[in-house]
Amino acid sequence: MQEVEFSDILTAQEDGDYIVNIGPQHPSTHGVMRFVVSLKGEMLDYVVPHCGYIHRGIEKMCERMTYPQIIHLTDRMDYLSAHMNNEAVSILVEKALGVEVPERVKYIRTILSELQRIASHQLWWAAFGMDMGGLTCFFYGLRDREKILDIFEESFGSRLLHSFICPGGLMGDIHPNFQKRTKEFITYFRKKLPEYDQLLTGNIIFEQRTKGMGIMSKEDAISFGATGPTGRGSNFACDIRKKFPYSAYDKVDFKEILYTEGDSWARYKVRVDEMWESMKIIEQLIDNIPEGDYSTKMKPIIKLPEGEYSQRVETAKGDLGVFVVSKGEKYPYRMHFRTPNFSNLFVISQLCKGNKIADLIAISGSLDLVIPDIDR
Amino acid sequence: MEKEQLGLVLAELFPAMEVVTSGEHVRVKAAPAEFHKLATTLRDDSRFQFDFLFNLYGVDREDKFSLIYNFESTKLGHIIDIETDLADHDNPVMDTVSDLWKTAEFQEREIYDLMGVKFSNHPDLRRLFLEDGWGFPLRKDYKDDINFIER
Repeated sequence: MQEVEFSDILTAQEDGDYIVNIGPQHPSTHGVMRFVVSLKGEMLDYVVPHCGYIHRGIEKMCERMTYPQIIHLTDRMDYLSAHMNNEAVSILVEKALGVEVPERVKYIRTILSELQRIASHQLWWAAFGMDMGGLTCFFYGLRDREKILDIFEESFGSRLLHSFICPGGLMGDIHPNFQKRTKEFITYFRKKLPEYDQLLTGNIIFEQRTKGMGIMSKEDAISFGATGPTGRGSNFACDIRKKFPYSAYDKVDFKEILYTEGDSWARYKVRVDEMWESMKIIEQLIDNIPEGDYSTKMKPIIKLPEGEYSQRVETAKGDLGVFVVSKGEKYPYRMHFRTPNFSNLFVISQLCKGNKIADLIAISGSLDLVIPDIDR
Repeated sequence: MEKEQLGLVLAELFPAMEVVTSGEHVRVKAAPAEFHKLATTLRDDSRFQFDFLFNLYGVDREDKFSLIYNFESTKLGHIIDIETDLADHDNPVMDTVSDLWKTAEFQEREIYDLMGVKFSNHPDLRRLFLEDGWGFPLRKDYKDDINFIER
């Protein structure tokens, strides 16, 4: 079998095509990602993503680490969904050992995940507006995200990489102020979220740059495995919280946001609506956190029984799957992460075809990519 | 379809395969030679309709490679795991399913990059993360004298 060289792809271009490199240090990629773009005049012919600039080999590192240590690596995949990534590995370990965590832990995990989801969508909203030249968006988004990070900082001392959810429960109990401050934040953000709509949603320039741009059909979304808000903008019902409820999601009432258009606008609307839904979930749980322990007693050395395990959770970006092959030792024999951004990224070539090069930035922004999650 | 029923229908269609329904999901052990045929049936048969290849990963079992495919049907809601063993550890080759599910193209590229499993008929089998000539780090016999500390 012949290995395909990248230079072959370049020479295979038709005459008159332009090849343009975007990245790896382009601000709109929100990380280190290179797109090689083939242009016919101003129109995109196709886009080839090149990843691996920040590949750290997390899956290989996991083979030399115990399960509590692995928790700290998962933060660093999708750093905007740190709680959900921790939760995925924790639930997997608990499931494999047959440990039942206290109700209190389940409630707190769900609240933290939803707070994290709001924070992630806020940062995405801020950066998405900024990608298209609306600098005010960035200040609005970060202003409100700061409130959530302050709550996190008070409870677990860290703002971005928490490693707070661990096998067996939580690293510690929540701060006595946690419930009060979370409720204050919800009251505050319920007033502020309509401002987001005033600034971007009704903006005619923004509408023209997103409506009808980068249309993804439902079939494509499923075939490419585009999950999370990216898939739900194409009417692909892929919410793990609804399909396979974990933690306390079976106790709360919320809507799965679905849009049928499949364009950048639909993906934008899904995320904005999800912030409302997340607030609804938190409100249902925050006053009802049961009393009890914040953790079950785990053995000092966690060894998973021999076998293969998997667990899926819904992060802010989509469907995160964790897969472990264990041989009964304290290290996993093989650990694999199915990360949502990896699948979401490769749709971009399909979405960009026939659009102008300036829209590449808007379309890749609407996918909400976090590059360390792709490279792992 | 329910787990047991799905297992029964599959066992009837492909009598040579080993179908296990005791785990969390139905797990099928398929031979690499008939894998592409099985995958086509799983996608197109109206009883299965596995249109979503959720995940695909490889395991180096030292004497052989295992590839594990996780399929889900978005219409019928059932899940199946398919495992195939590639007995040739030095030169593992597998049929691609990127013609059936587009996500397979990139997940197979990742497996080729990190594990060295080649996929025949793949449209674009290049390395995804690492440079050409790096070696295959997820193999158990991978050695890196500079960046690796033995303990």
